[in-house]
Amino acid sequence: MVDVMMKDGMKAGMKAYSQLERILASGQFAVTGEIGPPKSHDASVIRDKCALLKGFVDAANVTDNQTGIVRMSSIAAGILISNEGLEPVIQMTCRDRNRLAMQSDILGAAAHGIKNILCLSGDHQSFGNHPGAKNVHDLDSMQLIRMMREMRDNNQFQCGEEIKGGGPPLFIGAAANPFAAPVALRPMRLKKKAIAGADFIQTQLIYDMDRFREYMKKAVDLGVTESLSVLAGVGPLKGAGMARYMRNNVPGMSIPDHIIDRMEAAVKGISSDDKKARMEASRAEGIRICIEQIEELKEIEGVAGVHIMAIEWEAAVEPVVRGAGLYPRPEGIS
Amino acid sequence: MDDTTKYEPQIIAFCCMHCAYAAADLAGSSRISYPPSLKIVAIPCTGRTDMGHILKTFEDGADGVLVAGCLEGRCHYQSGNLYARQRVDHVAEILDQIGLQSERARMINISAGMGAKFAELANEFAETIAALGPTGIKKKPAAREFPLPEGKTE
Amino acid sequence: MIVADQKPIKEIKKMLQGRQNVLAIGCGTCVAVCFAGGKREVGMLASALRMATELDGELIQVDEAIVQRQCEKEFIEQLAGELDGYDAVLSMGCGVGVQTLADHYPETRVLPALNTKFMGGPTQQGVWEERCQGCGDCMLEYTGGICPITRCAKQLMNGPCGGTSEDGRCEVDPDTPCAWFDIWERMEKLEIQDELMQVRPPKDWSTSRDGGRRKIVRKDLQKPELDDGS
Repeated sequence: MVDVMMKDGMKAGMKAYSQLERILASGQFAVTGEIGPPKSHDASVIRDKCALLKGFVDAANVTDNQTGIVRMSSIAAGILISNEGLEPVIQMTCRDRNRLAMQSDILGAAAHGIKNILCLSGDHQSFGNHPGAKNVHDLDSMQLIRMMREMRDNNQFQCGEEIKGGGPPLFIGAAANPFAAPVALRPMRLKKKAIAGADFIQTQLIYDMDRFREYMKKAVDLGVTESLSVLAGVGPLKGAGMARYMRNNVPGMSIPDHIIDRMEAAVKGISSDDKKARMEASRAEGIRICIEQIEELKEIEGVAGVHIMAIEWEAAVEPVVRGAGLYPRPEGIS
Repeated sequence: MDDTTKYEPQIIAFCCMHCAYAAADLAGSSRISYPPSLKIVAIPCTGRTDMGHILKTFEDGADGVLVAGCLEGRCHYQSGNLYARQRVDHVAEILDQIGLQSERARMINISAGMGAKFAELANEFAETIAALGPTGIKKKPAAREFPLPEGKTE
Repeated sequence: MIVADQKPIKEIKKMLQGRQNVLAIGCGTCVAVCFAGGKREVGMLASALRMATELDGELIQVDEAIVQRQCEKEFIEQLAGELDGYDAVLSMGCGVGVQTLADHYPETRVLPALNTKFMGGPTQQGVWEERCQGCGDCMLEYTGGICPITRCAKQLMNGPCGGTSEDGRCEVDPDTPCAWFDIWERMEKLEIQDELMQVRPPKDWSTSRDGGRRKIVRKDLQKPELDDGS
């Protein structure tokens, strides 16, 4: 089996030898993006989104029934993404699968060459289009991280039984929401994920650089960044309205007033009838702010890269990556 | 000749001794009339209101039930009339669910000196009930009730 | 205690359709103290059903009974012989009561008037909240006396998730406290918050409903068999 051979021949310290892992290991600033799969079996949607991200990101996340809305499965979409020559980071929630299905899916994903898996609790199904569904939560995300580490490092299923032929090569990811309540607990929680076995973290969208700096300082002091890589979540804002909506409705979203002021100032002077011009001006400012934030993040100790979430705006990834001086992306590193 | 077919709405009014009953009494002695088919039941406080009693009152032939208590904030027992309001609201919901109109159960608040007001509200309620008509529930023999076993209380 | 509430009258009417003689049986224990199926509630529901069915033109005679506890044979045995005249029995007990009646009187159609909701208790007058899911392997030692299996919408054992609101509410409902926010506060108060750094391992759900219907046998309490010597 190719994967087993690769595992034996891996560089010291490398877990799965994925593109994302190699870039992080080399000390270069990593960039990941995100692809939302379609609410259908239309593979062309995936291919179109890949075309917008390829070359601008090191790997692309594929969401897993995000917000409890049924979409094409993360692993299936991940395979399609791989076929396009882009490395996927598949997401796995604890909401829809028990430990049998999780391990089964992990083996299946690995069989298709998928290495990066992000472990999430999952949005509650009441948010989605099947609110009456039974939720599973056999394991929580912390236990999923540890289970994956044990499959990979101890060649063991969760029940303790040996995985004949060796466990799958996995680069284990987890999420963090630095500003969600209780805030004092969050750095400790990040440390706990490191202890459980996470290799990399992608955070929720960050707009408040000062608060994030404080958070990262605590993380570094706790020794978290010695065992895992933190990618800060960034996302270009489309307008002041979007910013305010997120601030009011998304837990842990900290958006400073000066950002919202800038978004409002961007459309000043443009007639409210000229929707096209307003949108263009807003978006241009959103991209500008995003680029500035990435520049700031590059300077914060412990930040190993960014995770760009351009929600329903994948086309924004290219100008952001170029503008932040992150283009071209490194080729496959040895 | 009397119009013996004229419908007289059968109304039971549970009146608290401290205010509503006194107001009804005052209306009577001041010769301010309210429908004779409105029968008054004195209770110590509207907080004594039992939802089961109100339902049984409808089962026994009442077309409307009025619960009359002190003005809110002036209940002789502090909050009896507030509990009464919650319970009358709940009964009104049940009436709705069983096919009777929620308007048939109503709570009013008056003070002892408001004789004329009592009569006014009583007449208003009687008109509402008259417009709704009889409930259509016929009084029947009481349902069989199994007592609790001896010595046991719930 | 077990907490239940009444099914809507419309639903109960539909269940009783076509019947003429029904006995509503209440219970004097859990459902009496959450005011869903005690003596008072039996009276109210029976009254409401008699009126509702009369207005529908299909009067059902609903008689009323109460037993101390519907889940125990010793209290429902007294009903023997009394049920024959009825087309159905409307149990106002919890799901355990309904089934105990049905098991004990298998020739009688026993119907549930209540929706049994959860194990919990009153947190303020008129409000009952869920506290225990009966997972069979209590972990309250690790969470400062707050159960995450019951009180966390995602049953997290290493929570919180990223959805806690600023004022410590669950993402699912702004009225619901985030269990892990509360666990953290409680453990801080007890000065044991460092214990939360331990990664709680996956739960063995086989002691829970997932393992199948559960039973407890206490050999020390069972009726001893007399050895006849025959």
